[in-house]
Amino acid sequence: MFDDFFIRALVAGLGIAIVTGPLGCFIIWRRLSYFGDTLAHSALLGVTLAYSLEFNIALSVFIISSFIALILIDLQKRTNLPGDALLGLLAHSSLAIGLVVIGFLSFIRFDIMGLLFGDILAVTIDDLLIIGIGGPLILLILKLIWKSLFASTVNYELAEAEGLKPDRAKAIFTILMAGVIAISIKMVGLLLITGMLIIPAAMARNVSSSPQSMVIYSILGGLLSVMLGLFVSLEFNTSSGPSIIAAALFLFILSLLKIKQSIKLKN
Amino acid sequence: MSLDQKILVKLKDAGFRLNNKWLVKGVSLQIEKGKIVTLIGPNGSGKSTTAKIALGIYKNIKGEVEKYTDKVGYVPQKISIDWTLPLRVYDFMVLTENLKEGSINEALSLTGVIHLKNKNLGDLSGGEFQRVLLARAISKKPDLLVLDEPVQGVDFTGEIALYELIKNISEKLNCGILLISHDLHTVMSATDHVVCLNGHVCCSGSPIDVARNNEYKALFGEQASQILTRYEHRHDHIHTNEGEIKKN
Repeated sequence: MFDDFFIRALVAGLGIAIVTGPLGCFIIWRRLSYFGDTLAHSALLGVTLAYSLEFNIALSVFIISSFIALILIDLQKRTNLPGDALLGLLAHSSLAIGLVVIGFLSFIRFDIMGLLFGDILAVTIDDLLIIGIGGPLILLILKLIWKSLFASTVNYELAEAEGLKPDRAKAIFTILMAGVIAISIKMVGLLLITGMLIIPAAMARNVSSSPQSMVIYSILGGLLSVMLGLFVSLEFNTSSGPSIIAAALFLFILSLLKIKQSIKLKN
Repeated sequence: MSLDQKILVKLKDAGFRLNNKWLVKGVSLQIEKGKIVTLIGPNGSGKSTTAKIALGIYKNIKGEVEKYTDKVGYVPQKISIDWTLPLRVYDFMVLTENLKEGSINEALSLTGVIHLKNKNLGDLSGGEFQRVLLARAISKKPDLLVLDEPVQGVDFTGEIALYELIKNISEKLNCGILLISHDLHTVMSATDHVVCLNGHVCCSGSPIDVARNNEYKALFGEQASQILTRYEHRHDHIHTNEGEIKKN
């Protein structure tokens, strides 16, 4: 019924949604959406380096994003600039350097639109393998640090006082964010990865009353967005990333109706 | 070593400096199993800082802290929770440790807020939230409880009941308690050791010793000293407003 490329894209997208669901919740809870953006922007540099050194894209993106995260932590300690200014600085300079490097690599034909907004035609068996291994690994590590990360998200001092090592959890979470960006860049595109992370989670916040239910709704919202988005993408020949994000936005708007209802009930 | 095993936390000449200003310095104290140590002192005297040093929240401290337990329950003085989190009382109870349903219910019942178990944490009143904080700290049956003004915002009768509860818990669990409070009346009757802070340890000892100390009098005034010494004798009578003494 469907072509192979579409099945591959669907499997990849669903796999990504399962990982972005819980991570997106933490990004909303910890107010890290702009941080996620910065890591995603830096991913372009990772992609270009992968092409020029003939290296695996996901791995290269993962390394560069982690590296940018480390630079950010270092800059925060060294300068008095506010966090958002540093994030802006890193996001746009790494994007710019990435684009400059592309200019030098004139012998390779780049699909810039595909990089920025995702391309379902580009998903290969290798990509599926990376998602298949990387995705469960990220989820497993997240499960291991969940208690500590969640407790320190609620209150840092409580977590520290009661022996949960919040600093370690934060560092590991940063690496997980770099990881999820690395595995989803081909599908969603680097400009829209943060959208994939936060829009389903934002939708979930509107309809849930406990952290666990928010994570579950966030995953379900992501899965639904991928399915809807990819069918639209196939049907109308639109880019996969924007179609998925638009579908997620549609679900978010639906979730607003639920809020309106519960407010009405309260009154 | 049998003596050492009773000790849960030991501060030796501990201090903490932030932005070139000492928040507190030269604090030596130890918390033992089954004992209640109370920190008193005016605002800004370093009580909460001392508690955070003992808990290991502050990293770059001067002096030494030896902590012999990881089973800690903490009620902070101020807690700001971000309401972007959907969090029920139940979720908050299991925040740092997975507890059995029974332990959760027991702790919430003891502090009188079992009926709020499935409520959203953001919908609680100040006093209700304070009771949940205390319930959370005791529910994990810790070796060490650090309570920084645990009954703030709680109504008067509740306050007395909660102090009674804190005393019972220290006996029942045989845990050490570091208590910070402004309410000299209620606290002193239950405390084993008092440390009076004013940027440094101004005096310490049993409630009676501290009350008699001149530095303490200078800090809190003569009246506060009388409050403490009243606990020297067992109360078998009531002092009425008219100055009469009534037998119980």
